[in-house]
Amino acid sequence: MLQFIVRRLLQTIPVVIGVTMLVFSLMHLIPGDPARIMAGEAAPHAQVEAIRERLGLNDPLHVQYGRYMSNLLQGDLGQSVRSSRAVVDEIKPRIGITMRLAVYSMFLSVVFGLVAGVISAVRRYSLIDSFIMVAALFSFSMPNFWLGLMLIKYFSIDLALLPPSGWGTWQQAILPVVTLGTAGAAIIARMTRSSMLDVINQDYIRTARAKGVKERYVIYKHALKNALIPVVTVIGIEMGMLLSGTVLAETVFAVNGMGRLAIDSIRARDFPLVQGIVLIFALIFVFVNLLVDISYRYLNKRIELN
Amino acid sequence: MSEMPSGLPVESPRAASTAAGWRIIYKRLKKNRAAIIGGYLILIFILIAIFGPFFTTYDPVRVDYSLKLLPPSSEHWFGTDHNGRDVFTRIIHGMSITLYIGFLSVFVGMLVGVPLGIFAGYYGKYLDTIIMRFIDILLAFPGILLAIALVSVLGGSINNVILAVGVFSVPGFARIVRGSTMAVSKLEYIDAVRALGASDFRIIFLHILPNIISPIIVQATIRIAIAILIASGLSFLGLGAQPPTPEWGAMLSQGRSYMFDHPHVALFPGLAIVTVVLAFNLFGDGLRDAFDPKTKA
Repeated sequence: MLQFIVRRLLQTIPVVIGVTMLVFSLMHLIPGDPARIMAGEAAPHAQVEAIRERLGLNDPLHVQYGRYMSNLLQGDLGQSVRSSRAVVDEIKPRIGITMRLAVYSMFLSVVFGLVAGVISAVRRYSLIDSFIMVAALFSFSMPNFWLGLMLIKYFSIDLALLPPSGWGTWQQAILPVVTLGTAGAAIIARMTRSSMLDVINQDYIRTARAKGVKERYVIYKHALKNALIPVVTVIGIEMGMLLSGTVLAETVFAVNGMGRLAIDSIRARDFPLVQGIVLIFALIFVFVNLLVDISYRYLNKRIELN
Repeated sequence: MSEMPSGLPVESPRAASTAAGWRIIYKRLKKNRAAIIGGYLILIFILIAIFGPFFTTYDPVRVDYSLKLLPPSSEHWFGTDHNGRDVFTRIIHGMSITLYIGFLSVFVGMLVGVPLGIFAGYYGKYLDTIIMRFIDILLAFPGILLAIALVSVLGGSINNVILAVGVFSVPGFARIVRGSTMAVSKLEYIDAVRALGASDFRIIFLHILPNIISPIIVQATIRIAIAILIASGLSFLGLGAQPPTPEWGAMLSQGRSYMFDHPHVALFPGLAIVTVVLAFNLFGDGLRDAFDPKTKA
């Protein structure tokens, strides 16, 4: 197991390097002169030069990348063009909000998805199964920002039950979390259902039933445990959709997280800040995938031993 | 030079590569009511996209403040927006934009992803490692983040959205195609064709590609649904289609400020997105079940 973790950790290194290269190249994909674009069309020549100088855009590319990497290793993500503050300091107060939003949404997705998926599988072809599957299909065919707008319309404006924006109280968390978690719940429900159905048809489940094990016990102890394994992989993919989905959810609900900061900095053409946020998101996701892989392996191991 | 003698009993690993195979799949698909509904909806949407604009009576972009924010009525089925434009007309005109972005971005993803997957799966070894590491790097960016980043530097326009969503779709195609290519390459008849002297190029195009077409089609259909969702999200964020283009995500972004008193400006464009995405998901699910009945839950 330890060997696996070490090998998996080593495998992430080239990926992380590739990610930094891609993020670094972003600035150079800008059509035209990035310094001019960041300064604004009307900015005087001297200001454009100052930005170019500050970002070191005059140096050859490999020198720029070398500097970018050496700064990065020291925890320096560069400087915001607009506020002149360090990118790290811009991101720091926001990252917690975004992570909480993503984790709460994941929790909602997993709980609702698993429960709905198990019910659907156990009551296959029943009315409730059809209802859950149709609801799931609608849920992941819906743009989450639109769901958010509709939730605000009904729960905040018409019913005045929940605040339409902001972040801090638990009431403020409900709508963004539902907005972000719904599609994931739908996907996990579908995955759980088909995975459960696969498992239920297998011999050892029939054996357990034949032995006279209680149905409830068969479902939860034997079937669900094994059915969970493919679901874990989906959870990893879902986490990616959730992390990037925060950009939309935070915009809809005016939550001051990293996602909204991303959009604000894109609008302000503050590319060093954009680069920093994209990099942080990617690193978080690489880490999440590492955890998912390890837990997947762990779950599989247990079954092999069984 | 290496023509396959006709009538050679080479068994196809997947039903889809022969005319008879396609008939079986069509038969299975026909039994799936949800998939048929999805398929017909897609057909109707394509017809709307092509011919719809000829039948609408209002101008999709002309501003007329005297008509602003009217509720749905027999004159304006879906009401009018803050610029006095008929929402129904704009949604009809937006259909072609939505389908254009959906189809073309997935095509871009396919154009890059399918060859990458085939090369990785067919040649294996170093090429496989290099290609798959590259795919891993693309996959390290969570969800739509890479698309957002690309559009943010390239600038907001429909073509840049297509490019960004296309890049987002590449890993999905590459992975699936790689897996299928590896499976097909191991089959005996590929060895047989190679023994007959067929070139790699010929093997790939004549013998592998036709046999991995079904997972590609399934992937493409489902990817179109995802692409439409992402593109509308990018436009909603102001990074995609720009006003006054009647793109649905952009319409939602503009309608947002007015939806509290005039919910119709946000309701209908959203419903339009849901319906189109739903149709592709239904059809994609049905196709997957028809191509591979074993995985059917």
